[in-house]
Amino acid sequence: MDASLLTENLSYILPEIVISAALIIIVLFDLIFHNDKRIIPYLAVAGLAVAGFFIIDQFSFEGSAFATSSSANNFGMITVDNFGSFFKLFVVCVSILIVFFSFSSEEIQKTFDRLGEYYALIFGMILGMIILVSASDLILIYLALELLSLSSYVLAGFTKLRDRNSEASLKYLIFGGVSSGLMLFGISIIYGMTGTTNLYLINPLLQAPNLNLITVSFAMILIFTGIGYKISSAPFHFWTPDVYEGAPIVITAFLSVASKAAGFALLIRLIKTTFVTFTSPDGYWQLINAFDWQALLIIISIFTMTLGNFTALWQNNLKRMLAYSSIAHAGYLLLGLVVMSDQGLTAILIYFVFYALMNLGAFYIIMLIANKTGSEEIDDYTGLGSAAPFLGVSLAIFLVSLTGLPPTAGFIGKLYIFIALVDAKMIAVAIIALLNTVVSLYYYVRVLKHMYLQKSDSPKDAILPSTGQILFILILLVPTLLFGVYFTPIVTFAKNSISLLGF
Amino acid sequence: MNSIPIEYYLILSAFMFTVGVTGVLIRRNAIVIFMCVELMLNSANLTMVAFSSYLGQSAGQIFVFFVMTVAAAEAAVGLAIIIAIFRNKLTVNIDEINIFKW
Repeated sequence: MDASLLTENLSYILPEIVISAALIIIVLFDLIFHNDKRIIPYLAVAGLAVAGFFIIDQFSFEGSAFATSSSANNFGMITVDNFGSFFKLFVVCVSILIVFFSFSSEEIQKTFDRLGEYYALIFGMILGMIILVSASDLILIYLALELLSLSSYVLAGFTKLRDRNSEASLKYLIFGGVSSGLMLFGISIIYGMTGTTNLYLINPLLQAPNLNLITVSFAMILIFTGIGYKISSAPFHFWTPDVYEGAPIVITAFLSVASKAAGFALLIRLIKTTFVTFTSPDGYWQLINAFDWQALLIIISIFTMTLGNFTALWQNNLKRMLAYSSIAHAGYLLLGLVVMSDQGLTAILIYFVFYALMNLGAFYIIMLIANKTGSEEIDDYTGLGSAAPFLGVSLAIFLVSLTGLPPTAGFIGKLYIFIALVDAKMIAVAIIALLNTVVSLYYYVRVLKHMYLQKSDSPKDAILPSTGQILFILILLVPTLLFGVYFTPIVTFAKNSISLLGF
Repeated sequence: MNSIPIEYYLILSAFMFTVGVTGVLIRRNAIVIFMCVELMLNSANLTMVAFSSYLGQSAGQIFVFFVMTVAAAEAAVGLAIIIAIFRNKLTVNIDEINIFKW
């Protein structure tokens, strides 16, 4: 590889390089200046801002870097396209919010002397995610997935002195190890059948007439196990409630938004680059006859959201309830993929933006309340509506938005998914999803009932958030309401972001 | 050269994989579960090397190097977590690690 080609290839992965550099700087800074730990979060924000700048710079630019052979029509290990850039930007924005999130977290502030490790691990996760959303080679996908998983195992048990933390960490590790083992076996079978690890090269090879379809289906189900675990879809969701309940709330919020988004991006890229022959003019994808993704995904998405919603009904821990609600949301998001069309993909991207706002908001308020009361049980929320008026109203709005009622952003997100379903003539699936939304109303509103309608036996101390915390809530709250009525910019942005390299 | 046919390797690796999955499902000691996960990873490695040699190209063997590195990292993280939980609960039996229940 000559020097100019190398420079060009490296210019494609500038955001990844910036994140890696920031990771190294944080580790070194922590080692050298261990008395100035307060600066580390600002270093993290600065690194993320620079990476965000390079990602925005890459928008509407397509290319492929690090090709393994120099023949024409070859694609490398990393692809840069609008779809990938959208998810990278999403991950970076969520990470910036998470850094501010960590400021208010007592769990993290208690382990102040390990702040450098904390941010180094957060950056490990970020690096894994942004490589994952742009990788187009099975080797790189596996590596990025493991980088993401290994960092999150440690973070889930970061405040290791508590039982709950280390148990969450262990469960996450065992489920993660098994599902990555299954996925790796699937990858090895695909490699054996096609002789390549590049997603773009696998596509034509899978169209060979003498292919053993049963083996392909087997391998694909194994690979889906690894991805299904990341997006916490049933039946690979068992870790989700335990880990979400046991991990520090900041990490729970990060896992439920960013890590899920990265998993979805991987799933979409995998299906679209390896299994779609062409996109018809009206935006529907034509699948290769090798494996019926659509049937599998319909079953899994309905199963996922029904299970998530119905199990959430009898949860008493708010964090655990939101874990089941995030499983249900994975089901809704999968519906956007089920229709296998550009319209559905747009709906997924829109949904993710809104989901991030409302889910982070809900977790943030739960954390502020838990900082004061030390409890996440719904019974302890009795009478909080008057003790903490601002937090109560904000939590109410976020929960209403998670249900998907107008005039909040959550409604618009669900609306676009349902429209995509109806346009694809999947009325039955749309009705099931609608009924699920009705069920979800019950458990979200139950929290509000406890906060406002029930009288508490003992008067509660007032919880007054600081100015910075109010500001952070408003950053999440205002868009949640605003996008409920004025959502055109997000829709336009999502429509511009659905192009994958080569399609 | 009279080499061993690829089917033998695949049958062996499928067997190893089955042993690994079964072990994860029926064993109760966190460390043994961990060893079974390693067995699953290694069976995938064996498949990859066998195919790589059969197809006469190197991508599979390169993959195996990465997998081995990742497996080592995973073992390090995993044992650290198991030690953390042992300090809290004085057991690594996963039936007794049950604060969370559905």
